Amino acid sequence: MAITADHGMAVTPQPSENDQSQAWRGFVAGPWQDAVDVRDFIQRNYTPYTGDAEFLAGATERTTGVWGKLLAMFPEERAKGIYDVDASTPSSITAHAPGYIDRDNELIVGLQTDAPLKRAIMPYGGWRMVEGALKTYGYEADPLIAKTFTEYRKTHNAGVFDVYPPDVRAARSSHLITGLPDAYGRGRIIGDYRRVALYGVDALIAQKKLERVELDMERSTEDVIREREENAEQIRALGELKQMAASYGYDISAPASNAREAVQWLYFAYLAAVKEQNGAAMSLGRTSTFIDVYIERDIAAGVLTEEQAQEIIDDFVIKLRIVRFLRTPEYDALFSGDPTWVTESLGGVGDDGRPLVTRTSFRYLQTLYNLGPAPEPNLTVFWSHKLPDGFKRFCAQVSIDTSAIQYESDELIRSQCGDDAAIACCVSAMTVGKQMQFFGARVNIAKALLYAINGGRDEVSGKQIGPVTMPISGDVLRYDEVYAAYDGLLEWLAQTYVDALNCIHWSHDKYAYERIEMALHDRAILRTLACGIAGLSVATDSLSAIKYATVKPVRDESGLVVDYVVEGDYPTYGNDDDRADDIAVELVRSFMEKIRRQPTYRNAKHTQSVLTITSNVVYGKHTGNTPDGRRAGEPFAPGANPMNGRDTHGMLASALSVAKLPYDESQDGISLTSTVVPSGLGRDRTEQITNLVGLLDGYNVSQGFHVNINVLNRETLEDAMEHPENYPQLTIRVSGYAVNFVRLTREQQLDVLSRTFHGGL
Amino acid sequence: MTTVTQTQTRTATPSGAPIVSLEAPVVAGSSVRATSGTAGLDLTDVDRSERFSQMRAGELGSVHSWELVTAVDGPGTRLTTFLSGCPLRCLYCHNPDTMEMRRGEPVTAGELLARITRYRGIFGVTGGGITISGGEPLMQPAFVARILRGAKEMGIHTALDTSGFLGAACTDEMLDDLDLVLLDVKSGIPETYKRVTGRELAPTLEFGRRLAARGTEIWIRFVLVPGLTDAPENVEAVARYVASLSTVTRVEVLPFHQMGRDKWESLGMRYELDDVSAPEPELVERVRDQFRSHGLKVY
Repeated sequence: MAITADHGMAVTPQPSENDQSQAWRGFVAGPWQDAVDVRDFIQRNYTPYTGDAEFLAGATERTTGVWGKLLAMFPEERAKGIYDVDASTPSSITAHAPGYIDRDNELIVGLQTDAPLKRAIMPYGGWRMVEGALKTYGYEADPLIAKTFTEYRKTHNAGVFDVYPPDVRAARSSHLITGLPDAYGRGRIIGDYRRVALYGVDALIAQKKLERVELDMERSTEDVIREREENAEQIRALGELKQMAASYGYDISAPASNAREAVQWLYFAYLAAVKEQNGAAMSLGRTSTFIDVYIERDIAAGVLTEEQAQEIIDDFVIKLRIVRFLRTPEYDALFSGDPTWVTESLGGVGDDGRPLVTRTSFRYLQTLYNLGPAPEPNLTVFWSHKLPDGFKRFCAQVSIDTSAIQYESDELIRSQCGDDAAIACCVSAMTVGKQMQFFGARVNIAKALLYAINGGRDEVSGKQIGPVTMPISGDVLRYDEVYAAYDGLLEWLAQTYVDALNCIHWSHDKYAYERIEMALHDRAILRTLACGIAGLSVATDSLSAIKYATVKPVRDESGLVVDYVVEGDYPTYGNDDDRADDIAVELVRSFMEKIRRQPTYRNAKHTQSVLTITSNVVYGKHTGNTPDGRRAGEPFAPGANPMNGRDTHGMLASALSVAKLPYDESQDGISLTSTVVPSGLGRDRTEQITNLVGLLDGYNVSQGFHVNINVLNRETLEDAMEHPENYPQLTIRVSGYAVNFVRLTREQQLDVLSRTFHGGL
Repeated sequence: MTTVTQTQTRTATPSGAPIVSLEAPVVAGSSVRATSGTAGLDLTDVDRSERFSQMRAGELGSVHSWELVTAVDGPGTRLTTFLSGCPLRCLYCHNPDTMEMRRGEPVTAGELLARITRYRGIFGVTGGGITISGGEPLMQPAFVARILRGAKEMGIHTALDTSGFLGAACTDEMLDDLDLVLLDVKSGIPETYKRVTGRELAPTLEFGRRLAARGTEIWIRFVLVPGLTDAPENVEAVARYVASLSTVTRVEVLPFHQMGRDKWESLGMRYELDDVSAPEPELVERVRDQFRSHGLKVY
C-alpha cells in the first residue's frame, strides 16, 4: 500500500470558472467548493421536508406515453428472454451510438446501446458467459470477437482459473462455496455519480491528475504501480464519459446548472458505468436529496413546477428501469429473474439530527404510482424511528400498495458509515465515494455442518472435499462433539473461502477494472472483503435439535451419514427464544472471527453478510438431509430468515430473533423477508398504515437491520402463476431484492408460496 | 377468543397508476396458534400440590401459547397470551385445544412478566400492549390479576379478551388495571346463546353493563355462523344490547371459518359444524348493517 500523504482534494479552478459560479448560484458556500465533498454540499444546502405526500403530482401524458412505448415491448422481451442484443460490439462507454425511446419526448436521455432493451456484450468479465448467453437466445457469437477474447485478450474468468488452488476448486464444485463472481462482473461498487453533476467532469479529471502527482512522488513498488495504472484508466474513462455525453449533444465538462441538467449529468455518469460493467449489482447510491437541492432552487426561481419536477424524476426512473445485461439462464436462476440492483437509498437522518428526507425522496417513491410498481430501481428506505411522521406514513402506504420498498436501519448504518452512505445490492452499506467492496457471495454453512459430521466428505457424492477428520461415530449425535468438529471444519472453510476471494479480486482488478466507477471515488478508500453465509437457520435448528432433542444419524453402507432421525422437541430459531437464537448469534460471531484471521487482498477489511438473495433455492437443492428434519433438496429459508413455518409466534417475534444477530459481526448486512396480507395489518387503510409504521419502528428500536415487506396474499400469487400475462408488474420482495414474480422459475414461485404467510402479524 | 375470515377491499391510491388488487379472505392468526406454544417461556416443574397452591395465589398460570400480533386483539402490536381452560363449549370454537386447563403449560407470573418487560419498547412505538386471551382468562383470575398489575406498574396498555361468562370473577381491582375489554357476545337471544355455547347469556350481559358503568372501553366481537347465529332477530338483540353500552368503541363481526375443524378431530372431539360454510359477503354486510343502524362503528 502506498504511504498516504495528505490527500487534500483541491479542485483546481478550471477555464470554466464562469460556468461554475453560474451553476452554483444561490448555493451556500463551504468546503465543498474547494474539494470534492458532496456530503458537505448536501448538508449546507438541502431543505428537510417534514410534511405529507399531498404535494405530489401524478404522471403526465408525456410520461405515460414514453413509458407506454416500453410497456408495449416488455411482453416480447419476456417471451424471448431478451428483446435484442448487439452481438458484435464489445461494450464500452463510447462503443454504441446514441439511442432513444422516444427522442422528442424524453427529458433525460441515454441508453446502454443504440436502442431500448437491446443488450450489449461485456466480455471482460468472461467470454464463456457471453458465448453461453448468446447461444441460449439464438444469436451467433462474432468469430473475431470470440478469437479476441479467447486468444488475444485474457478475461477475468480466465485469470481466476489460472490462480485457484485445488481446495477452492473442490469447495466450489461441491457447492460448499457458491455464487462466486469468478465468471462475471463482481459489481457492488457505487460510483459517486453526483460528483459529475456538482463539479462537472473537467474538475474531476483535474482532481485525478493531482492524485497522480502524489503517486508519481512515491517509489515504484507494485502497489504504487498498480495505483498509477488505475489512475490513468480513471482519467481515460472520465474523458470517454464526456465523449459519450457529447454524442447525445451535452457538454458535461462543467457543472450542471439546473435540476434537469443535474439529473442528466448524474445519469450519464451512471450510464457510463452500466455500459462498461455487467456487475452483479449496479447500484445508484443516494441521490434524491442531492437532486432536491437543484429542484428546490429551480422551483423557488419560478422556472420549474411540481409537475415538471416529477416528470424529470419519472423520466430518470424510466431509464433506470430498463438497465439490462446479457446473462445466462443459470445466472438468472441463481439470482432470480434478471436483476440489476439499481439500488437507491432514500431517507435517513443526518449526524446533526435533521432528517435527510426531502420532497424528492417522496418524488422517487411516487414513481411507483406514476409508472406502476417495479423491482427496479431497488428503492431502499433508511428507516429510523426518528424520521418525520409524514414520510413514515407515505413509505408504509407505498409498501402496502406495491410491496416495492425494502427497509434498512438508518441508526445502524449511520453508526458504521456515517450519514452519506448508500446500499449496494440489497444490504451492503458503504460510504458513497469513499468505500467499495470486494463482493464475495457466500458459503453454505448448513452443508458445512454435514461435512463436519462426515469427516469432510460430501453427503451427496461421498467425495472427500474438506480435510480428512474422524467422522462422528455413535448412535446419537452429541452436541459438544459435533460442535467441535464443526468449528474445525469452519476454520478450514474460512481459509479456503478467503483464498478464493483473494484470487477473484486480484483477477478482477487486473482484467475487468471498474474504471469509471472508481474514477468517482476518492483516492484513499476503504475496501471491504464482503464474505457471506447461507443456511444459517438450517444450521441453527440442526444444532438446536442435536442439543435439545435426540438426533440419531442414519448411515449408508460406506458409513456416510445420509439422514437423521429426530426424537423429541427442540427450540427453533424465529420465536424470540434465546435457546435457539443464541446458537445463531454464536455461529455468526464465530465464523466472522475465523474470517478475520485470514489475510486479504489489498488489506481489505473483513465483513460478512447473512443474505441469500433467492439462491436459497439453489443452496437447498445441493444440500442433503439435515439434522433439523429438513429433507434433502428442500430450499433454505432466504437470508437470515427463520425456516418456513417454524416461526410460530408472529411476524414480529420472528423478526426479533433475526434482530439479535449482531451487526458488528455482519457489517455487510443481515436480510429478513416478511410477507403479510393487507388485512393482517389492520381493519382499514389508516389503521394498516399506522400499524406498519409501528412495526417498522419496533423492529428499528430492537436493532433490526433490514426487512423486505411483502404485502400480498396467496391467492394473488397462485393466480399470477397461472396467468402471468395478467401480472406483468407483480413485484414481490425476496431477501433484499424486489423481483417480478412472473419472471421467477416455477420452482421459485412455489418456494415463495410455501413460505410462511403471516395472516395476522 | 375469536378470529376471522375477512375480506378487505381497497381502491388504488392518490394519483396512481393501477395497482394489483390484493383483497382476499384471510385468517388472522388462528392458523398458527395451535402450534405456537410456550417456546421462550421457562416452564416450572413444581409438584402437583404445590402447583395448585401457586395457581390459587396467582403465581402460576396454565398457558396455552403466546404470540406477538398486530391488528387483532386490540390496538397496535400486542403480546397476546392464551390461557388454557374455558367454561364454554362453543360449537364453532377454532381453538378447542384451549378448552381444558390441563392441556396448558405451567408458567409463572414472573416468567410471563419478564417477557412482557422485554417488549415494552415495542409497545411504546406501536401503541400496543398486552392482551390476555384464552380459553377464558377469567378461569384463572388470580393469575390474570397479577399480570395486569405487573403490566400497569410498567405503564403498559392492557386488554382482556373474554366471553364475560365469568365476569363476576373479575374484581374491581382488576378492572382498575384494564384499559380495554374485548367482549365476545356470541348471541343476543338466551336460547341461541345456550345452543351455541352450552351456557347462560345473562352473566355476559351483566358484565358488559358493569364495564360500561365503570367507564371501561369495550370492543364487541360477534361471530357470524350461518344457520346458527345469523337470524336477524338474534343479531338485532345483540346490536340493541351493544348500543346500550356507552363505552363500546367498535364492533367486529367475524365471519365463521373452517380453519379449526382439524383440531377437533385431532383432539378426538365431535365437531358439529362440518357442513357449515363461511357466510356469503352479502350476509356479512347485512349483519354489519344491522349493527351500523344502531350508530355503532363496525368492522
